[in-house]
Amino acid sequence: MNLARDTWLIFGRYWLLFLRNPVWVIIGIVQPVFYLVLFAPLLDGIARQPGFPPGGAYNVFVPGLLIQLGLFGASGVGFGLIAELRNGVIERLRVTPVSRFAMLLGRALRDIVVLMIQALLLMLLALPFGLQIHPAGMLLMLGLLALLGLVMSPISYALALWLGNEDAFAPLIFTVSLPLLLLSGVLLPLSFAPGWLRAIAAANPLAYAVDAARAIFNNQLGDASIGIAVAILAVLALAAISAAARAFGRAVA
Amino acid sequence: MIETHALRRTFTSRVGPVEAVAGIDLRVQQGEVFGFLGPNGAGKTTTLRMLSTLLAPTGGEARVAGCDLRRDPQGVRRRIGYVGQRNGTDPQITGRRELEFQGRLYGLSSAQARTRARELIGALDLDICADRPTSTYSGGQRRRLDVALGMVHRPPLLFLDEPTTGLDPQGRARLWDEVRRLREGGMTVFLTTHYLEEADALCDRLAIIDHGRIVAEGTPDQLKRQIAGDVVTLAVAGDQARALALLEAQPFVREASLEGDEVRLYVERGETAMPAILRLLDGVGLELRTIALARPSLDDVFLRQTGHSLRDGEALEVAA
Repeated sequence: MNLARDTWLIFGRYWLLFLRNPVWVIIGIVQPVFYLVLFAPLLDGIARQPGFPPGGAYNVFVPGLLIQLGLFGASGVGFGLIAELRNGVIERLRVTPVSRFAMLLGRALRDIVVLMIQALLLMLLALPFGLQIHPAGMLLMLGLLALLGLVMSPISYALALWLGNEDAFAPLIFTVSLPLLLLSGVLLPLSFAPGWLRAIAAANPLAYAVDAARAIFNNQLGDASIGIAVAILAVLALAAISAAARAFGRAVA
Repeated sequence: MIETHALRRTFTSRVGPVEAVAGIDLRVQQGEVFGFLGPNGAGKTTTLRMLSTLLAPTGGEARVAGCDLRRDPQGVRRRIGYVGQRNGTDPQITGRRELEFQGRLYGLSSAQARTRARELIGALDLDICADRPTSTYSGGQRRRLDVALGMVHRPPLLFLDEPTTGLDPQGRARLWDEVRRLREGGMTVFLTTHYLEEADALCDRLAIIDHGRIVAEGTPDQLKRQIAGDVVTLAVAGDQARALALLEAQPFVREASLEGDEVRLYVERGETAMPAILRLLDGVGLELRTIALARPSLDDVFLRQTGHSLRDGEALEVAA
């Protein structure tokens, strides 16, 4: 079977399901919007301190917020899969000749499209607060987020398939994603961090994504951090996709 | 259509390896309805999941619909339909859309998938609910939709895992009719069931499975004939063991056993055995409390082959 055709079919199914409940787009950005409205203003004062990255509070904070959106939005997609394991949809797909890669990629693509919509909305909402961004930077940011989605969404699916129930899945997702978030410098730049914290953060791929996102929003589209983040995320995405596709092949509901 | 040799599946659990299927040899001919009869946990579903590529066997060989199960699972998938115990449909999607999507998964164009969905909706009498989300379906409608989904690509072999569990008698009768119609159309059907009536009424041949092994195989009549004669069950007011010892020694009794607080006898001819039994018990002063004569059923076959009743197993499970 043709991988592209199968992927498109699976994408179509989950896109249709998404369109039945588009309100999830809003639910997904409620939290980032709270951060934007209730937390970012605090940074205005700090942004003038020495050590704060250049570009102003919003151009430093919003890129981190977008990465946070990618992290939390895409890591929760496994919940839907667990419901489908339970009602037999996954089993039904697995007895058809459909490619196991397509079973994963079709879903992940849907997740990424939803993520793009949310990211655009969030950027638009941040404009009146003083966010400044150029179309090229916006596109590059969306590309970086898509790549992050291609890492997180397959990981979420693979964990859902391995664990098979929400009771184990939910705590694992939250326990793993919170330190990833805190160590990425989303809330406050890591330039404020003590040396040991910065050393740990250096092992966090998300920190590189946040650096790249800030470079993009600082209009340094040629910055080395962007290439580094893309390379790291691309390698992780390949690993996550192949692990998750294998999990789809093996899943025993 | 299906041929297996020493097919087995061992699961690893915390208490060590568990043999769910302990080496099964099967031959299912083209065009027959083959039944797998056994209590819950006997290994029926595990076997079915192996034959339909959902679960990798830990040992043995199998050819399904002309393809080697291990070497060509894709070939098997293209040639089989599978209806699992769970529905496999999304509650928010309409039956028609599910059928069209299923057709597309098997490589039909959208136009072909639409035509095929329309045919199946007509054939399985789903017209009234086809355009409603599947969450609104009755049990029978849902099951018929499942069968329709398994038939979208006109597979020569259809697997049905406990197709009538949870259906009311009416829905069950209707599904039996569907299965018979499939056979008339030349399809081979492999189904599992823990209902004796279902195996008896529907299957051309069946295998009785218990603890992961096939304990008997044949047509329902062949299996029943293994237990020649009739079955008499009785209970006395006093000592059942004494009654058993007495009756066991009679020449007209082929086999006797104690089942709970009942004595169970396999006799040549029930009509002549009954008066003889009455006289014997009367003669030694054992008061008869109940006595019943029955033609052998598949349950008797099952009991004889496995040493326990299929119905006991069900009752136990409900109690647990």
